[in-house]
Amino acid sequence: MRRWIGLFVYLVVLVAFFIPSILEPVLQFFFPGANEWIFPRESLIKLTTEHLLLSLLAGAVAAVIGMGLGIAATRRAGRPFLTLIRDVSSLAQTMPPAAVLALAIPFLGFGFKPVLLALVCYSTLPVLNNTLAAIENLPRPVLEAARGIGMSRLQVLLQIELPLALPVIGTGIRICVVINVGTATIGALAGAGGLGSVIVAGLTRNNPAWVFQGAIASASLALMLNSLLLAAEHGLQPAILRNHIDGNSALSA
Amino acid sequence: MTLEWRNASKAYGKKRAVNDFSLEVPKGELLVLVGPSGCGKTTSLRMINRLVDPSSGKILVDGRDVSEIPVTELRRHIGYVIQQVGLFPHMNVAENIGAVPRLLKWNKVKIQARVRELLDLVGLPADDYSEAWPAHLSGGEAQRVGVARALAADPPILLMDEPFGAVDPLTREVLQREFLRIRSTLKKTVVFVTHDLDEAIRLGDCIAVMNGGRLVAAAAPGELLLNANPFIRDFTGEDRALRRLARLSVGDTIGQTTPIAPGGYGDSGTPTGLIRTDATLKEALSLMLEAGESSLNAVSPSGRHMGKLTMENLLENAAGIGVS
Ligand SMILES: Nc1ncnc2c1ncn2[C@@H]1O[C@H](COP(=O)(O)OP(=O)(O)O)[C@@H](O)[C@H]1O
Ligand SMILES: [Mg+2]
Repeated sequence: MRRWIGLFVYLVVLVAFFIPSILEPVLQFFFPGANEWIFPRESLIKLTTEHLLLSLLAGAVAAVIGMGLGIAATRRAGRPFLTLIRDVSSLAQTMPPAAVLALAIPFLGFGFKPVLLALVCYSTLPVLNNTLAAIENLPRPVLEAARGIGMSRLQVLLQIELPLALPVIGTGIRICVVINVGTATIGALAGAGGLGSVIVAGLTRNNPAWVFQGAIASASLALMLNSLLLAAEHGLQPAILRNHIDGNSALSA
Repeated sequence: MTLEWRNASKAYGKKRAVNDFSLEVPKGELLVLVGPSGCGKTTSLRMINRLVDPSSGKILVDGRDVSEIPVTELRRHIGYVIQQVGLFPHMNVAENIGAVPRLLKWNKVKIQARVRELLDLVGLPADDYSEAWPAHLSGGEAQRVGVARALAADPPILLMDEPFGAVDPLTREVLQREFLRIRSTLKKTVVFVTHDLDEAIRLGDCIAVMNGGRLVAAAAPGELLLNANPFIRDFTGEDRALRRLARLSVGDTIGQTTPIAPGGYGDSGTPTGLIRTDATLKEALSLMLEAGESSLNAVSPSGRHMGKLTMENLLENAAGIGVS
């Protein structure tokens, strides 16, 4: 229940930001010294939509790559590559997205593509790590029983491993998407739009009201997606685990 | 179906978990593999359903080399029960039991009927348990479901790896008794692993004792307790004579001795103690010691007087002179 109240609050804040007649007096109150309050070049709705699409697309790509690598590395044939896969994705995450962006622009040009690459590099690790951890920590006797009763390797994966691992993988995907919403502000540096444009313009023109509206819109978006995905994760739990968690509010918070 | 290990060995690096193991299990028999921890029981068992492939030698099921049978096909026709049960936590009891029939593509109605039948067989009322989650079952209940899951597709062979090893002693006895009951109705070839000699004696038609990856001896329980091999003598313990007595019932022993002539009990006088014919000779010995007498009157459960049991009967049976 609390989850839905949170989601509602973030949504209200975001929608209020889209209505200039509400936003302008708020900004005037907080930043009386600024000479322009509402970002004039693009509507906040358009920037937020761009931002959302960029983050979700990067999240989807990272989810597919992270899960795919995680599943591959835990198969019998993939095990020898487990350490390698882990190391490469850790390396990808330690590279600052801005640096990846700078390196990629000469090859991919300005716009959407280099930003997508930087976001995917930066956000694959949580999905991969959670996939690996979830599959590696499944109870041995359950897997032994699954094989022992005559499930093929694919049946064990689809009927036993993935359903049991999905809640933890879901957490990885949620973290990945939230990271992307925050990081997608660098999109402005490559001309890919998004809420980063408001923040960057505010910084260069020394207008804190612009920085503020970009930052708050992006934060509301992140929090809203977090709540939504948390609810979806809850839906992924097998019924039995869901019952347990319902009885334990500390876990569902 | 018959089962056979033929010179089966399994090496892990330099270590030989199982070493040149050969043994045959006739159709419908229950073989118990027993021996100290790490002696290779589990490895030998898992060779049968190919969870372990032997490094050399082979396993035959009904004369067919298992390595030539497609592995999922083989496993779907061999029931498998393990100590930690391994129920699928995201499936309820009915879905767990129906797992193998689903793999065999039975239709829903047939599976549902089979699940109810099995819950009934293992003593769990279907109405209360079908929709229960594994996490909510006690150890004993979970293992009953484990046994039901293994029996679901009516496999001719059942493999059980210390199935009652993780439950408390009282529950273990109940499960053993029920297992014997179930087994008497479904004649399956069973290989049962345990490290508990009493369990082996109680359940086995044949007991194979292993040590260090090798087969030390295989014999019927009564014979095994008379075996002179030093390892077996050490393994069966100083109280093996009592274990022998525990296997025999008063009724069977009375049957072998001459029924008493009406009117007289012979030289030892009229015993005052009573023993039921369904009691074990071990219990009879205990009663004799307690009463300070060397004979007891055997009575049927309905109270009918069946004859006299003497200390001589016990001595003969403990030493293995009468039957094996
Ligand atoms: N997968 C494995 N890798 C290495 N050693 C193993 C493996 N499985 C079993 N062993 C070794 O083989 C021996 C026999 O094991 P096991 O058959 O499980 O014994 P038991 O069931 O009689 O306790 C033990 O020493 C054990 O450590
Ligand atoms: Mg074992």
